[in-house]
Amino acid sequence: MAPVGRTLLFVGLLLTAYGIGASLYGARTGRRDWVDSGRRAVYALAGVMTIAWVILEAAFYRSDFTFNVVAQHSSTTTPLFYKLAAPWSSQEGSLLLWVWLLSLWSSLILFLTRNRVREIAPYATAVLLGFAAFFTSLAAFWANPFTTTATPPTEGAGLDPLLLHPSMMIHPPMLYSGYTLLTIPFAFAVGALITGRLGNEWISVTRRFALAAWLFLGVGVVLGARWSYTELGWGGYWAWDPVENAALMPWLATTAFIHSVMIQEKRGMLKVWNVSLILGAGTLAILGTFLVRSGILDSIHAFGASTLGIPFVVLLAVMLGSSVWLVLRRRDRLRSEAQLDSLLSREAVFLLQNLVLVAMVFVIFWVTFFPLISEAVTGTKVSVGPPAFRPFIVPLALVLVGLAGIGPIIAWRRVTAANLRTNFALPVLAALITLVVLVVAGGGADTRPFALIMFVFGAFVVTSVLQEFVRGVIARRAMTHESPAVALGRLVRRNRRRYGGYIVHLGLAVLLIGVAASSSFQHSRDVVLKPGQSASVDGYKIRYVRPTASATSQKLSFGAVLNVSKGGHHVTTLRTTRGFYPSQDPTLGQVGRFFSGNADSDVGLRAGLTKDIWTVANPNLQPLQPLINQADKLFASALPRVMSRAAKLPRAQGIQAVNQLWALRDQAVGVITARYVRHPWPVNFLLIVDPLVTWIWLGAIIMAGGGLIALWPIPSLARRRRTAPVPARRPVAPPVAPPPEPVKEPV
Amino acid sequence: MDFVVVAVVLAVIAVFLSAPFRRTPALGGAGANGAGRDSRARASDVAELEAAREAKYREIRDAELDHRTGKLSEADYEAVDGSLRAEAIEILHRLDSISKR
Repeated sequence: MAPVGRTLLFVGLLLTAYGIGASLYGARTGRRDWVDSGRRAVYALAGVMTIAWVILEAAFYRSDFTFNVVAQHSSTTTPLFYKLAAPWSSQEGSLLLWVWLLSLWSSLILFLTRNRVREIAPYATAVLLGFAAFFTSLAAFWANPFTTTATPPTEGAGLDPLLLHPSMMIHPPMLYSGYTLLTIPFAFAVGALITGRLGNEWISVTRRFALAAWLFLGVGVVLGARWSYTELGWGGYWAWDPVENAALMPWLATTAFIHSVMIQEKRGMLKVWNVSLILGAGTLAILGTFLVRSGILDSIHAFGASTLGIPFVVLLAVMLGSSVWLVLRRRDRLRSEAQLDSLLSREAVFLLQNLVLVAMVFVIFWVTFFPLISEAVTGTKVSVGPPAFRPFIVPLALVLVGLAGIGPIIAWRRVTAANLRTNFALPVLAALITLVVLVVAGGGADTRPFALIMFVFGAFVVTSVLQEFVRGVIARRAMTHESPAVALGRLVRRNRRRYGGYIVHLGLAVLLIGVAASSSFQHSRDVVLKPGQSASVDGYKIRYVRPTASATSQKLSFGAVLNVSKGGHHVTTLRTTRGFYPSQDPTLGQVGRFFSGNADSDVGLRAGLTKDIWTVANPNLQPLQPLINQADKLFASALPRVMSRAAKLPRAQGIQAVNQLWALRDQAVGVITARYVRHPWPVNFLLIVDPLVTWIWLGAIIMAGGGLIALWPIPSLARRRRTAPVPARRPVAPPVAPPPEPVKEPV
Repeated sequence: MDFVVVAVVLAVIAVFLSAPFRRTPALGGAGANGAGRDSRARASDVAELEAAREAKYREIRDAELDHRTGKLSEADYEAVDGSLRAEAIEILHRLDSISKR
C-alpha cells in the first residue's frame, strides 16, 4: 500500500491548493458555492490523511520492513503498544501526524462555523490549508513516510528505548494536538484582521479551541515531565530543555490569551493585545514543532535532527511578518472601546498577570535561544542550563501564584475597600498562619526564601478558591434551598468557565507548591555500594540487598534490590534496573553488541503524598568486558566457518546450522549476564529523597479537570431560561429595562 | 489494486468538492452581486452583535454572582448592573435597527 500512501500525499497537496484557491476566490467574489467547496476540501483532506495514517499504522502493525520508516523505528520484538506509537518517533511519521491532526481539528471548526463567521471563515480556511500544504509538502518531498526498499531487512532497528514508556504513547499526540489546535484561533485571527471583523464573534467561535490547545499542551508538558522523572534517570522532572521550553512557551501565551480575551468579551478592551497574543501563540506552536523536528538546539527530546530548518524558518518569518503587517494595518479598528474603571478590579489583575506570563515567555525564549544567538554574534555556542532561567522565572512564578489567588476574589470593574477587606481577610489570614507555622517549624525555610513565599502564596490561593466555592454554594442555597452537594454541582455546572478556572488556579497552586518543595528541599546522594552496604539520605537508611539480571530477546537488564528503612522500621523495597537494547552495529561484536546498545532506566520509586524515595542504578559492566571480548573472538572465528559449511548443505540443514550458532550465542549472552549476579561488583547509585513531588502530578490532574470543566459547552441561554427553577429576583425599573435572560435563574 | 483505491478516492473527492456547485447554482450567482455582499455584511453585523449580546448577558450574570458572593457592595452592584443593562439594551437596539433595514 506504500504507493497509495505516496499518492495520497500528493492528492492532499492538490486538495490544499484547490481549497486555498476556492476559499479565496469565494471570499473575494462573494460566491458561497466556492467557499463551501473550499471548506469541503478541508473535509476531504481529513479523509485522505486518515487513510494515509491508517496505511502507515498498518505497516507498523505488520512490521512491514519494506517501509523504510518501519525498518528504522520498529522491530518484530517491539511490543504492539509501542509499534502503534512508533510512527511519531520518526520524522516522517510525526509530520504526517501533524497534517492529520490539523486536518481533523480544521474540519471540526469549519463544520461548527459553517453557518457563522461567513466573512472570516474563507480566509481562515485558506490559512489552515496553508499550514496543511506546508506540512504535507515536507512529508511528500523531505521526509516521506511511504518510501520503500526493494531489499527489506529481516529485522528492524527497533524503537529508541527511551521512548519505551507508557506516557510516550500519549505525550507526542497531546503536544501535537495542542500545536495544531493553536493554528485555529491563529487562522481565525488572521481572517478577522483581513476582513476587519474584529468584534467578539471570531473569539466566541475559537475560544474553546484555544482552551483545548491549552489543555492538550499542558497535559503533554506534564506527561513529558513524568517521563523525564521515571525514565531518564537523572533524578528530576524539568531540565529547561529546549524542547520542553518549546511546548511551555505557547502554553504560557495561551494562558495569557484565555484570561485577557475575557476582558475583550466583556469590555471591548485589549483588542490589539489579544490578537497579538494569539498570533504569537500560533507562531510559538510552529516554533515548538520546528525545535523538535529540526534538532537545531541540543536536546534529549530532539529526535529529529534534520535538514528541515530552512523551510521552518521561512514559514516562521512569513507568519511573523504577516502578523505584524496585519495588526498594523488594522490598528484603527483595534482601538479599545472602554478603559479600566479601577486598578482594583479583575481586569487590572488579568492585565498584570498577562504581563507576567509574557515576561516568562520572553525570558524562556531568550535563554533557550541564547546558544544560537551567542554563536551568531561571537561564533561560540554557549551552553546554558537551569541556573540561567531560575533568577527570572522564580520571582515571576511567585507573582503569578499571588495573582492566581487575587483573581478569583476580586470583582470585575470596581471594588471598594470594605469588599476587599471582606474577601481578602480569610486568605490573608491563612497565608499568615502558614508563614508563622513554617518559620516556627524551621525546616530550613530561612535559607530558602522563595520556597517559603511560594508556600505562603499557595495557602493564599487555596483558601481564596475554597472561599469562592463556599460563598457560591451559600448564595445558591439561599435562592434554591438545595443540599450543599447539589448546590455545588449546579453552581459549577451553570458557571463552568468561572469555577473551572478556579479549579485550575487551585491545581496551579498545588503544582507550584510541589515544584518549590521538591526543588528546594531535595536530598540526594551519589554513592557506590556493594551488596549488604548502606547509605543514609534524609534520615532513611538505604541498603543494597542484591543485584538482579535478566536476558530476554528485547533487552538485557541489570538491576538492584534495595531496602529502605527509617528508625529501624522497614519503609519500602525499591527495585531499579538499567536495560540494554541490542545494537545493530556488527562492529561491536556478535556478543558485545548486546551489551553496548541504547540503554534506558527503570527507576526504583516509592511515591508518597509527602515524600518520594527515588533511586537509579548505573551498573558497572566493565568486569564483564574480558568475557564479552573472549566470546566475540570465539564467535567471530566460528561465524565464517559455520556460514561456509551452511552454504554447502541443503537449505534446511544450512539454516539449522546457523540457528544453532545463534542459539549458542544467546546462551553465551545469558551466561555472561548471569555472572553479574553471581559475582556482584560495586554499583553506582543515585539516591534521592524528594518532598511533595506527588503534588506536582496531583496539581496537574486538578488543572486538567478544571480545564475540562471550563471547556465543556455551556447549555444555551434559551434552554436555561426554560428550565430555570425560580422566577426573576427582582423587577428593574425603567428606563433601564432588564434583558430578560440572565436574571431569571439562580447563580 | 493500488490504482483502483486511488481512482476511487479521486472520484469520491471530485463528487464531494463539486457538490456545492451542483446544489446551489442560484445562490452562487446571487452572492456575487452587490445585494449579496450587503446581505453578507449585514449577517456578519448581526452575528457580531449577537456575540456581544451573549457576552453582555454573561457579564450581567457574573456581576450578580460577584454581588451574591460578597465581591461587590450593594452600591457598586447597582451602579455596575445598571450600566451593564444599559449597554445590553444599546446592543439590542442596534440589533433591532439592523433587522429593520
